[in-house]
Amino acid sequence: MLEIALKLAGVIAAFLLLPLLVGQTEHKLMAHMQGRLGPMHAGRFHGWAQLIADGVKFAQKEDLVPAAADRPVFKLAPAVALVPYLLVLLFIPLGPGDLVGSGLEMGLFVVLALVGIGVLAVLMAGWASANKYTLVGALRAAAQLMAYELPLVLAAASIAVAAGTLNLSGIVEAWHPWWLLWQAPAALIFFIAGLAEIRRPPFDAPVADSELVFGYLTEYAGLRFALLLLAEYAGIVVIAALTSVLFLGGWKGPGPDSLGWLWTLLKTGALSAVVIWLRVAWPRLRVDQIQALCWKGLVPAALGQLVLTTVVALA
Amino acid sequence: MNSSLLGDYAVFGVLLLAGFAFVAVAMTANRLLRPHAPSAAKALTYECGVDPVGGDWAQVQIRYYVYAFLFVLFAVEAVFLFPWAAVAASFGPPAAAEMGVFVGVLVLGLAYAWRKGVLRWQ
Repeated sequence: MLEIALKLAGVIAAFLLLPLLVGQTEHKLMAHMQGRLGPMHAGRFHGWAQLIADGVKFAQKEDLVPAAADRPVFKLAPAVALVPYLLVLLFIPLGPGDLVGSGLEMGLFVVLALVGIGVLAVLMAGWASANKYTLVGALRAAAQLMAYELPLVLAAASIAVAAGTLNLSGIVEAWHPWWLLWQAPAALIFFIAGLAEIRRPPFDAPVADSELVFGYLTEYAGLRFALLLLAEYAGIVVIAALTSVLFLGGWKGPGPDSLGWLWTLLKTGALSAVVIWLRVAWPRLRVDQIQALCWKGLVPAALGQLVLTTVVALA
Repeated sequence: MNSSLLGDYAVFGVLLLAGFAFVAVAMTANRLLRPHAPSAAKALTYECGVDPVGGDWAQVQIRYYVYAFLFVLFAVEAVFLFPWAAVAASFGPPAAAEMGVFVGVLVLGLAYAWRKGVLRWQ
């Protein structure tokens, strides 16, 4: 019982801490890539407390719900966006043995199902806002999320065939460094599709600020807006962690197994930095380019990888 | 495994409740800290900063429905793919051949849609 309570506390702590770390890193990394300083005042030392200050400010903001909005749906959407990412963290192994929230045999299946809930939250937010721009943003997001679900699932299936298990710890245990080469296309496809699933640039057409104000987030203010933003950063953590666990060997690396958790965190952090970097370096894709990349590029490539994996795994 | 299975789902359920509790606690803290001064202007739909014109749930030209159809095609496959992936190695070549046929039919479907110009943006 105590063990379970400790694990749950660990998962919740990771959920509250890691997205803030990624957010602060984004502030500073983006700033320096663009020749700025970023936040410098809050907390005195290089603005380390900026996000805490933001949180305090958001908590004191008036709760605004447009009169035309569908109230219950509008209010529920932030929770629906946020909670699935918390649940995903339960299945991500930090290290070998017991360092995982839940060792469910079909962990990978559950994780992908949870990531797929994102589309529901976006449609709820966009539709309930009763605003033309949010509606267009939500429809764009729905089309994008459904399309990229396929390469995501197919790439994950490829690694499941290679490892012969759906248990995330089992996949890391079966992982071998040469998979970096053999599963490289799947890894790339999974990461790109993951980026699209969390609607990060260059796949941020659903919230394109120059076309749609702020997409499906336009009508949100105060704490509900903050929760939706937290969901975005939790999404970065989840996609980075899943990619490192499935394709980069998770806790495996030089050094003793007892330091494995450090490897998982390092790989997750490095991939999160890549997500931030892409936001600075890439222009936004058009809606039709997003669909074309998925259906004409990623889906056929993922199917090819699945065939290759099956053949090699059986040979 | 069977004895721990229920436990795994129990942990999942507790965390689900904890997630909603987190949102509830945050919103309650917000309720205690925030000002409350509603006005008709604030409750207006923001849209793009100008007073909204026309209906709120406007009709949009929906070009995405074909993609939704395509998605349904493959989504069914994904459900069957995972149980197969877990046992494929132990069943050997027959399992691979069967999945090859299954995936092949779907690839044919995608190729047909592509050839018909469904994937062209209109």
